[in-house]
Amino acid sequence: MQKYANPTRFNAIAGAVLPWCAGLTVLLFAVGLYLGLVEAPQDYQQGETVRIMFVHVPAAWMAMATYTVMALASAVAIIWRHPLADVAAKTAAPIGACFTFLALVTGSLWGKPMWGTWWVWDARLTSVFVLFLLYLGYIAIWQAIEEPTRAARIAAIVALVGFVNIPIIKFSVDWWNSLHQPASVLKVGGPAIHSSILIPLLIMAVAYTMLFLTLHLVAMRTEIMKRRIHNMERAEVAG
Amino acid sequence: MKTFLCLVRRELVLTLRQGGGAGMALGFFLTVLVLLPLGIGPDLKLLQRLAPGALWITLLLSVLLSTDRIFGPDYEDGSLELMTMGPMPLELVVVGKAFAHWLGTGLPLAVLAPGLGVLLNLDSALFLPLLAAMVLGSLSLSLLASLGAAVTVGIRKGGMIVSLLILPLYVPILIFGVAATSAVIGVPELMGPSMLILAAISLVSLVVAPVAAAAALRSHMT
Repeated sequence: MQKYANPTRFNAIAGAVLPWCAGLTVLLFAVGLYLGLVEAPQDYQQGETVRIMFVHVPAAWMAMATYTVMALASAVAIIWRHPLADVAAKTAAPIGACFTFLALVTGSLWGKPMWGTWWVWDARLTSVFVLFLLYLGYIAIWQAIEEPTRAARIAAIVALVGFVNIPIIKFSVDWWNSLHQPASVLKVGGPAIHSSILIPLLIMAVAYTMLFLTLHLVAMRTEIMKRRIHNMERAEVAG
Repeated sequence: MKTFLCLVRRELVLTLRQGGGAGMALGFFLTVLVLLPLGIGPDLKLLQRLAPGALWITLLLSVLLSTDRIFGPDYEDGSLELMTMGPMPLELVVVGKAFAHWLGTGLPLAVLAPGLGVLLNLDSALFLPLLAAMVLGSLSLSLLASLGAAVTVGIRKGGMIVSLLILPLYVPILIFGVAATSAVIGVPELMGPSMLILAAISLVSLVVAPVAAAAALRSHMT
């Protein structure tokens, strides 16, 4: 594992993998959106609005998954002090913030026709909103501290402390009465969704994951090169 | 233990005698409480309904406003570095400072809140629950504040970032704090569990915040 963490080797591998990831993302989105928006049946209660689910649910999953990636990378960065882990954590944050924002907005658009309101302050919605704020705080830390190694350490601590929110989001619908429906895909006794809806949903979930992977690899490569340019400029000034 | 008490005493003396300490937080608390009825309107029924939430939010903001004093001055004059090298582990130093911050800010405000709540027409049946909930909750407020202060120590304009970092973590304390105090109006069975959860949050912060804050301080000082 350690040998892939060399930034140069990482850049080479990421560069080779990237076109495939991007292509797969486009393909999966095309298939998933077609199945979800055209082929999947209407819901007998919700009608056409149920299709918002295919955009909303994977976005919410990825919002949490991205934070988990960020927290894991931060833990690696703290334990092994590996610069690539810093880069991974730092570049995951804006992507995660976008996923969270997307989940909040689509959820709100879905809530209006279904619940009759754009927004309610219940446990699930509030905890996802807090997740969005945590992403913003994390990004702010990176911008506020100029020295990169120090910023990396502090940001990693912030990310790890904020991780307490992830289980709260996951279990918020079980712990508190909520308008939001409880987990219906990952649960004991199998998913509670018919396969005509479940399959497009899962395809969309993989598509979102590939989208995250693609964006994350691009962002990491950019960050590595940015740091190199920064170092070269510094060396030039010093020399 | 003796060193610990010594540290707490030093911090308390500093907050009491230096400008901008405990008195300032109290003044801020009072000012916001005066602004609220002016902004919302003098409807006594509405104010009574809003009083517990308003008092809680004011408490959060007052605690937040005094965070930069936890480590800031000691970082600038170098005494924080001495504490790092002292006999006490840095984690315990953080606990001591957070405890002193609580004694100097959270506790007095919690004690005064029911009295000041009269300004907002707070129901007198809520005095005791509010006091208990605020005492329990403000402990974790101070611990998390010390974490925020440690993370942003030495950063220019750290104050804004502290609020962005720490206020999201204050959300559960606010929710359960208000649930514990407005229980008398609506659902009384919420009060007991909310108090327990507030106590639990304080205990969890006691474990997490000092470790994280000490790690942050160490990386700031290397």
